[in-house]
Order: sequence, then structure tokens, then C-alpha cells
Amino acid sequence: MYRIVRKEVLAPGLKRFDVEAPLVARSARAGQFIILRLDEWGERIPLTIADLDPEQGTVTIIFQEVGKSTQLLGQLEEGEYIRDFVGPLGRPSHISQLGRVVMIGGGVGIAPIHPIAREMKRAGNEVISILGARNRQLLILEEEMKQASTEVLITTDDGSYGRKGLVTKVLQELIIHRSPINLVVSIGPLVMMEAVCRVTQAAGIKTMVSLNPIMVDGTGMCGACRVQVGAETRFACVDGPEFDGHLVDWKLARQRAQMFVAEEKQALQEHEERRKGGLGGCGCHCHQ
Amino acid sequence: MRLPLPSIEELKEARKSTRKRPMPSQDPLARMHNFAEVALGYSEEDALLEAARCLSCKKAFCQEGCPVDIDIPAFITKIKERDYLGAARKIKEKSNLPAICGRVCPQESQCEKYCIRGKKEEPVAIGRLERFVADYEIAQGKSDGTGVNSVERSTREPSRDSRVAVVGSGPASLTVAGDLARKGYAVTLFEALHVPGGVLMYGIPEFRLPERIVQHEIEGIRQLGVEIQTNVVIGSTITVDQLFQKGYVAVFLGTGAGLPYFMGIPGENLNGVYSANEFLTRVNLMKAYLFPTYLTPIKVGRRVAVLGAGNVAMDAARTARRLGAEEVSIVYRRSAAEMPARHEEIEHAKEEGVQLRLLTNPIEIKGDDAGWVKELVCLRYELGAPDESGRRAPIAIPGSEHSLEVDTVVVAIGQGPNPLITATTEGLIANKRGNIVAGENGETSRPGVFAGGDIVTGAATVILAMGAGKKAAAAIDRYLSEASHD
Ligand SMILES: Cc1cc2nc3c(=O)[nH]c(=O)nc-3n(C[C@H](O)[C@H](O)[C@H](O)COP(=O)(O)OP(=O)(O)OC[C@H]3O[C@@H](n4cnc5c(N)ncnc54)[C@H](O)[C@@H]3O)c2cc1C
Ligand SMILES: Cc1cc2nc3c(=O)[nH]c(=O)nc-3n(C[C@H](O)[C@H](O)[C@H](O)COP(=O)(O)OP(=O)(O)OC[C@H]3O[C@@H](n4cnc5c(N)ncnc54)[C@H](O)[C@@H]3O)c2cc1C
Ligand code: SF4
Ligand code: SF4
Ligand code: FES
Repeated sequence: MYRIVRKEVLAPGLKRFDVEAPLVARSARAGQFIILRLDEWGERIPLTIADLDPEQGTVTIIFQEVGKSTQLLGQLEEGEYIRDFVGPLGRPSHISQLGRVVMIGGGVGIAPIHPIAREMKRAGNEVISILGARNRQLLILEEEMKQASTEVLITTDDGSYGRKGLVTKVLQELIIHRSPINLVVSIGPLVMMEAVCRVTQAAGIKTMVSLNPIMVDGTGMCGACRVQVGAETRFACVDGPEFDGHLVDWKLARQRAQMFVAEEKQALQEHEERRKGGLGGCGCHCHQ
Repeated sequence: MRLPLPSIEELKEARKSTRKRPMPSQDPLARMHNFAEVALGYSEEDALLEAARCLSCKKAFCQEGCPVDIDIPAFITKIKERDYLGAARKIKEKSNLPAICGRVCPQESQCEKYCIRGKKEEPVAIGRLERFVADYEIAQGKSDGTGVNSVERSTREPSRDSRVAVVGSGPASLTVAGDLARKGYAVTLFEALHVPGGVLMYGIPEFRLPERIVQHEIEGIRQLGVEIQTNVVIGSTITVDQLFQKGYVAVFLGTGAGLPYFMGIPGENLNGVYSANEFLTRVNLMKAYLFPTYLTPIKVGRRVAVLGAGNVAMDAARTARRLGAEEVSIVYRRSAAEMPARHEEIEHAKEEGVQLRLLTNPIEIKGDDAGWVKELVCLRYELGAPDESGRRAPIAIPGSEHSLEVDTVVVAIGQGPNPLITATTEGLIANKRGNIVAGENGETSRPGVFAGGDIVTGAATVILAMGAGKKAAAAIDRYLSEASHD
């Protein structure tokens, strides 16, 4: 059992937990993830490690409530426990001194980009970060990203904060005015990462993306997390999650994310009906 | 109510029987809709009648066929004497997991293959008798899975200060942990998944090996004082070197063959294509058959093709039937005679309506516009001259290309070793296939590091993994007794 020592609501539907998991906190590095299982009935859900405190033995996760599992997770409170919490999984980001690097985080993707930006800056790079969100309210970790970067540029879809528009527009301007850019790291929704890769490919800038396919074990045992990179099929949980974005088969990645859409809907519907029906309301199994 | 037990005449009659007593089983029509155990186990009467068939050979060939050398005539004699707990003790001199081996051992190629009666008629049903005894002991509340009695169990404290780390929790690791704990070592077992048991929990389905049985045996090992830490990936959460730094003086690696192979044909990444590991893990470990009460989903559709013909393939096919698939076929390139699965499993699968498409090999998986599996393109094969392995080599028939319409494809063509530990442990030698190289008693190229089970041999069997664990536990004991390690 893993205790939630701190809970914070960052934005509607976006939550941050600091979870007591000393072994993970001591061994994890930027770019790696954990898998947690809420309770006996839970599925194994992967979440990127957003921060660590080896002294306190805590691991920070930031998640968006998109379906039943993440909604149930969001209902847990400080002092409560998560049943299983395993990590660190996946390979750490490759950190080195390259010169000028651009970090692009979209939505909840800002959470995983943050530790990478911080390490990149520590390694002596000029770190320009582009943060994108749907609106001002949903923009997270602005202060932290300012600390971790040399410069932060913000875009919102509706223009409620920073520039109006998509991160790719800002990226294109950077490519024109701030050459050379030695590396781009982009984490966010698949469509965003793909769009970023189209831009950087044309400009010939190496780009790393963090893929988040559906996973089960996270240790290389099941192959649920298959992605196609170049000519090869890779298991994202052990070979990734970071890959060279220019080699990723994006169409396949989008398709595979749809594998259980009907079942996810079913789970969510059942969950919402129970809430509306006043059956316990919290959606947990003790009220069944 | 106790049924009257067989009379002397009945036993005499049974002794002459040329056939094994049949295993009481769930009706195929009923069991296709549930995950409850198929083979129900012998009653006491069945066991006595079957035991009567054993000739109590002085030179027992059957015993030579058992990888852990169980004294088979002795335990069957105990059954004849109705001393079932005595029979269990006899088995447990050599095996820690009889309730499991009695269910899943490929007896027809091991102990029963060499039974003297098997020369002219059916051999004695050694596996069924073993299971009967183990289940009896569990039902009597007398089993802790290890052969240690309950008094000794409750006062168990490690008596030596040598700490041993055991990695993985499949049959190899469980055996090492149990044997070393009995010798007084302080054992910690580390498992990457959230439940201990290895393939016994995530792979072999509930209808063949109930979770309850596996967890019972594991509880026994816990009660011997073994500390079980789940959710720890050795090589990542803690490395092997860090285990030594933390004060463990020996490490056993029993990490299994947990890396699924794919065929490398086009279309294998389409939606609806699973590895057998994924398919079975979703259903067994994550209980997707109880979705949405359990939150892990599974999708099978109407028509399922399973590629491969081993036990894993049979398990996947039978699981697909239980999940509601109407047409399930095994697609295999050779003929029925070469199918590696146990005969009994193939029979069970057939009874459950699984079709065999033999001498057929897939060359491509085609999908629809949305990326979902739609058809499996195959070639027909014929058998040619025997190859180096002595098996007749399958040869593709030109122009035999044809398609099967399918909604799901499960790839069950084998598993290899997971490279995580060898990649993160200095000085640990693996062979070309990635299996850890280990000697007769599990000793590896790193002093103090032992390995056994599927990680060394490649995908094999429960009893072989257990046998390797036994040898390694003895070797670890010798290693720690002989030298002082600091
Ligand atoms: C390596 C990795 C790191 C991730 N890091 C984060 C993170 O830091 N913050 C965050 O909010 N999300 C992250 N995700 C995504 C997160 O795991 C999913 O949002 C979550 O599993 C959805 O579960 P659900 O039941 O709430 O939603 P569902 O309704 O089940 O699914 C919603 C969508 O989430 C995806 N998803 C569903 N099940 C899984 C699964 N088992 N594994 C992966 N994706 C799944 C699918 O694309 C699906 O369409 C990460 C995923 C991966 C693989
Ligand atoms: C579907 C299926 C059906 C089978 N049917 C039969 C049968 O009927 N009869 C039979 O005799 N055999 C059968 N087998 C084979 C048998 O199950 C295996 O040979 C046996 O389980 C191997 O045991 P093991 O101890 O070597 O490893 P496993 O049982 O594979 O256990 C290894 C464990 O180690 C864990 N692990 C791996 N890496 C790490 C790490 N880095 N850190 C921590 N933990 C780790 C894994 O999560 C796993 O739990 C079957 C196998 C499968 C897959
Ligand atoms: S352990 Fe397996 S091989 Fe040995 S006697 Fe029992 S069933 Fe036969
Ligand atoms: S060989 Fe057959 S008959 Fe002889 S002891 Fe073994 S099981 Fe009994
Ligand atoms: S999640 Fe199972 S292999 Fe990657």
C-alpha cells in the first residue's frame, strides 16, 4: 500500500499526488514512469514520474481524469492509499549538453516535460519551453517550468492566456528566428506530437517524443504497448517511452489508442450512472 | 455423508482394468460459459480404485520419469492404506507444489510415460492421484504447501543471519524460497507484478489451475517466514548489485520466459492482434472476464484465430471460447502428430468446439480502414521428408493462398527471456538467445548469483522449473555454508 502524502488540484480534472514510494523515489530518473493499480478491481495505469523527492521518499504524479480509472484515482484524498505502485519503468531520457533545446509540453504533457527540461538546463543547455493548453485555467506548472527553463513561451487554443493558437506556430517562429535548435522534445496529445514532428522534420531538427500506448504489465511481458518505429516493432514500456519522433508510425499509434474505446465508454457510463443514482456516489466498490 | 468405499472385490476388479479411471469433469457445454475448473478431481473412491492398479514395482520406472524423483510407488501405497496425509508427506519430500504439478504436469511425457503398465495398456494415473492427495491435504487444513507441520510453522523465525534474495515468484523461485526458509535462511522474494505466482497466476487459466490453489501454496511459503515484496522490478527498482550492497549474500534469479515472440508478418500490430501473454494476462491476472466489475477490458469478437499449437495456444483458444467467441481455430503449420500441446489439453479444446486448422500457416494479417483485424491470409502446407529434428518438414503448397475471416488473432508461438536483468547486471553471462548461462546447480558467471527455471532453459514446464529451484537451493546452502561472505 502506498500512501498519498499530498494532493493538489491543479486545474479542473487535473490532479497532482505525492505518493510515498521510497524505492521508486531513490531509483527513478527523468523520463521514466510508474504503473499503479488503485485497488483489487483496478486496471494497471501508467503515469509519468513528474517529480521525485528521494529524501522524503515520495514520487509525484500528475494526471488528467479522462476515464473511469483516472476519475476514481482523483477521488482519493490525502492520507489514503493506492494498492500497487511499481517503477521506475521505461528508459530515462537521454540528457546531454547540446546547446539550444526546445521543450514542448501540451496539456497534461507539461508534467512529464518538466523534469526533462530541468535536467537539460542543469546539463548546461539553453532551454526554451513552449507550453500549450486549451485555456488559461488548464495551463499547469507555469512557475515550475520557468524555473526549469531559460525561457518560457505560452499558447492557449482560445487565446485566454499567452499567444492564441497552437504550439507549432510558436515552434515555426523559433526555427526561423532562433537557429540553430539542436533538439526538440515534445510530449502531449498524439496529434500535437505528430504535428511537431512534421515541422521539425522539414527543418531537419532531431525530435524526441514520449509515446503513451495502452499498457498492461509495463515490464516487456505482454506486448500491448507495441509501436512501430522505423522498420521495427518496439515495446514502448521497455524500449521507450521516448522515441525518435521522425521514425514513429503515427497512424498506427492513433489506431492502437482506440483499441478499447467501446469498453472504456462502457466502464465510464456505468460509473456515471452509479454516481447519478446516488449509489454511494464515490464510485467505489464498497457500495455495490 | 461419506460414500461407502470400494470393497475388496471391487479393488481386485479395478486392479485388472486396462484403463485409467476417468477424471470427473465439467460438462463441455456448461464449462464453455464459465471459468471454473474443468477437471473436478478424483473422489476418494476413484483414488482407491486407481491406486489399486499400481503394481508397487520394486524397480519403479515411473519414478525415473519424474524430474524431481518423487517416490511414486511409496505414495501410491500410502493411498492404498488410506493414509492420504502420509501420501502427501511422501510427495513433499521431493516436491513443494503437488497440488499444482498434479494438475499441470505433462505426465504423459514424464512419470506416466515410463509406468510399466503403460507398456500394454494405459499407465497408472499418477498425476490424478498426486492431485487427489494434495487436494485432500488442503481440504483437511493440513497443508502449508511445504511439508512443514503447522506447529513448526507458527514459530518460524530465520535461524541464520544470511539473507537471500529471490527474484521472480514462479515455481522456480517459490521452490528456492521455500527450501531455503526451511533451512533457516532469511529469504526475501521480489516480484515485478502485483501478485506472486509467475505464469501460474498470469498465464495458466483459472479453469485449469485455480488461483485459490496457487495462493494457498504461496501462503504456505509466506508462513515459513519468507518475505514477499511485490511491485519490485529487479534491474530497475533495485539492481542485483544493490541487493548485495543491501546485505543479501546470495541472489536467485527465476525471472522466467516472459518476452512474447511475434511472427514478423505484415499486419501484426493491427487492433485485435494480441500476444498470448497479453490475452491471458488480461483475463487471468487482471480478471477481464469480470469486466466491468474489474476494470481491465478484453475484446474477442466472433471469430478468433490462435497461431501456434502448444499449451499456451490451447489455453488462449479455450479462454476465447469462454469469453464468447463463436469460432475459434488453432492455426498450425505442421500436422496433429507434431502439436506440442498436451494430448489432454487438445482433447479438452476440441470438446469445447475449438477447431484445428492444421498444415496451415499465416503469411499476413489484413485490416479494415480503421485498423482492425479483418482477415488472416494463409498458405496450406504438406509434410515432406524428415528434417534434422526428425520431424517431417512442412512445405508450402504453391498457389494455396486463402483467407480466414477473423476479428481477433492471438499469437502463441513462444516466449523468450526478458533482457532487463542481464542488461543491468555486470558480469552475468547470457547466451545468444538471452537465456542466463547456468551450471547444473544454477550457478552463474557471477559468484553468489544463481539462476533456474525458464530464464535458463527457455520456456519449459512447471516441474522442471521446480526441479531447478531445488538444486539451486541446495547449491546456495552449500555456497553459504562453505565460505564466509562479507
Ligand atoms: C508511459 C505512459 C505515461 C503516461 N503518463 C501520463 C501522465 O503523466 N498523466 C496522465 O494524465 N496520463 C498519462 N498517461 C495516460 C494514462 O495512462 C491514461 O490516461 C489512463 O490509463 C487512462 O485510464 P482511464 O481508465 O481513466 O481512461 P480510459 O477511459 O480507460 O481511457 C482513456 C484513454 O486513455 C488511454 N488508455 C486507456 N487505458 C490505458 C492503459 N492501460 N495504458 C495507457 N493508456 C491507456 C487510451 O488512449 C484511452 O483512449 C500515460 C500513459 C503512458 C503509456
Ligand atoms: C499459458 C501457459 C500455459 C502453460 N501450461 C503449462 C502446463 O500445463 N504444464 C507445465 O508444466 N508448464 C506449463 N507452462 C510453462 C510453465 O508455466 C513455466 O515453464 C514455468 O512457470 C516457469 O517457471 P519460472 O519459475 O521459471 O518462471 P515464471 O513462472 O515465468 O515466473 C517468473 C516471474 O518472475 C517475474 N519477473 C520477471 N522479471 C522480473 C524482474 N526483473 N524483477 C522481479 N520479478 C521479475 C515475472 O513477473 C514472473 O512472475 C505454461 C506456460 C504458459 C505461459
Ligand atoms: S511431479 Fe509431475 S512428473 Fe513427478 S510424479 Fe508428479 S505428476 Fe509425475
Ligand atoms: S511403474 Fe506404474 S505400476 Fe509400477 S510403481 Fe510406477 S506407477 Fe506403479
Ligand atoms: S506493457 Fe506489456 S510489454 Fe509493454
